[in-house]
Amino acid sequence: MSYFAFPRLSNQVWKVWLRNKDVFMKTYKVNFLPPFLEPLLYLFALGFGLGRYIDVIEGVSYPRFIAPALIAISVMNSAFFECTFGSYVRMYYQKTFDAIIATPLSIEEVITGELLWGATRSLIYATIMLTVIAAFGLIELPYSLLIIPFSFIAGFLFASIGMCFTAITPNISSLNYPTFLFITPMFLFSGTFFPLSLLPEPIQYFAFAALPLTHVVSIVRSLTLATLSGFLLVSFAWVVFVSFLLFVLSVNLMKKRLIA
Amino acid sequence: MVVTSKFKAGYFILFHISIQWWFVIVSVIMAEDLEKQFGEFVAVDSVSFTVEEGEVFGFLGPNGAGKTTTMKMIQCVSPKTGGKLEVFGMDVSTHQREIKKRLGVVPQENNLDPDFTVYENLMVYSRYFDIPRAKAEPIIDELLNFVQLREKKDTVIEQLSGGMKRRLILARALINTPRLLILDEPTIGLDPQARHLIWDKLKSLQSQGITIVLTTHYLEEAARLCDRLVIMDYGKILVEGKPDALVEEYVGTDIVEAENNPKVIACLEKSAASYDVVGNTIQVYTTNPQELTYALLQECELGHITARSATLEDVFLKLTGKKLRE
Ligand SMILES: Nc1ncnc2c1ncn2[C@@H]1O[C@H](COP(=O)(O)OP(=O)(O)OP(=O)(O)O)[C@@H](O)[C@H]1O
Ligand SMILES: [Mg+2]
Repeated sequence: MSYFAFPRLSNQVWKVWLRNKDVFMKTYKVNFLPPFLEPLLYLFALGFGLGRYIDVIEGVSYPRFIAPALIAISVMNSAFFECTFGSYVRMYYQKTFDAIIATPLSIEEVITGELLWGATRSLIYATIMLTVIAAFGLIELPYSLLIIPFSFIAGFLFASIGMCFTAITPNISSLNYPTFLFITPMFLFSGTFFPLSLLPEPIQYFAFAALPLTHVVSIVRSLTLATLSGFLLVSFAWVVFVSFLLFVLSVNLMKKRLIA
Repeated sequence: MVVTSKFKAGYFILFHISIQWWFVIVSVIMAEDLEKQFGEFVAVDSVSFTVEEGEVFGFLGPNGAGKTTTMKMIQCVSPKTGGKLEVFGMDVSTHQREIKKRLGVVPQENNLDPDFTVYENLMVYSRYFDIPRAKAEPIIDELLNFVQLREKKDTVIEQLSGGMKRRLILARALINTPRLLILDEPTIGLDPQARHLIWDKLKSLQSQGITIVLTTHYLEEAARLCDRLVIMDYGKILVEGKPDALVEEYVGTDIVEAENNPKVIACLEKSAASYDVVGNTIQVYTTNPQELTYALLQECELGHITARSATLEDVFLKLTGKKLRE
């Protein structure tokens, strides 16, 4: 079995998506709270608090600088945690995947449905945050509306990354390794709270080559500030290509783990 | 001339179709030298069996015999590593979706969805089978009645008892009106009442023409429910047959139990009786318990002896030994 065999899928993947959506909607009040509160907390603490000491950064005010980063981080977190801890619980503790593959659905379709749901969560969170941040007048419309469809694509990327780790983790606590060694550094060093250009050049290259959040922040920031450039396309191509690669890989890794 | 040959051709085609029809109908499952390896370890070792339409077919065997592994290959969720396996005449390696559509499964381990209530579990499951909501609703109501869980409709899974969970899983397995039901230890951990209820339900399903394959450790259950069964051990099928016939063939109709002491054994050796030593008792297999009891009492100076009917459990223990499996 190859690691990059393209999965055979049908529209049944939406049944898995629908299952997760139904569970999400059961507790929607709790679920909608974080994307609403998070930007407020960060904006007050960093934007309007710490930001007092910063006049302009890269030609804009500090709140305007970090606003897109907050959206990008939320896109990353919601999909990544959904497809690591969330999927692991469903796979291992709840045996939900076992129950579903006893029906006409295949394991490939189950995993793809999980990834699509992870991406949808990113879209939901990004949309809510966008609304909150727009209320502060920190973003340019209508360009920023493009963030909504983009958050689904970027979310799919982080969902696939998460699913790869879920497929190889020996137990649930080991999922803390990718969280602390990969997600937390990205949260800080992807041009989120200070410009990437402050870092040594080799690290900048590394960030563009290996830290997906770098590209996502750069795209979201271009949209909120309405400063489009050619590099946007490079970043977008990177996100799409890596998403696709990791999607195929994560499905195959999961198949290896679950089909003995 | 022309008429005759036309007639012949038509007859031939009709005959051919009926033969094929017969094959499709008759063998619901056909396994030939079926094998499953996990790395080096052979979990199912070249087993062959067929399950016919409408029968209840049992798999018995000690822990680790390979029953669940066989069920999973039939369900198309665990790929075979050797041999042939067809369900409804279709190959399990190439027709998973078609086979799974017509299958109902009660797995050994409960896997109800804890994020949903009883009713929602069935509704969400019906979607996986592409059953439209309007069609699913009456089916679910009927199934909840069938397994007597109507009052628990809106209960979350966590609050169900073990027996209720098992019944709900049975209902879930029936959501797509399957032609074949696979039940991996359906009555595991149930009290006698709940077990009897499940037995009744399975009997009523059988009378509707559904083929049932089940595994169990309750030999009385197997004897009651199964038309035919196999006993497996170490991945191999040891014997296959009707429960009564197996008992008669391997242990006779009755068993006389006596206290174990060397005198009795010496005496039995002389009489050429078939017996086994089980801890502190000797079991003598017979088809004529009165005569044997009388003879033993006369000739062998026995203390305490009892006679009883032979059961499937005696066959099971005789064939698989008494040692605990690790
Ligand atoms: N995924 C797996 N990887 C490796 N070995 C396995 C796997 N699944 C089962 N086995 C082994 O295959 C053998 C048969 O297991 P199986 O679950 O089929 O037994 P069983 O007859 O159902 O037993 P029980 O009555 O305890 O349920 C066991 O030795 C088990 O350890
Ligand atoms: Mg088993």
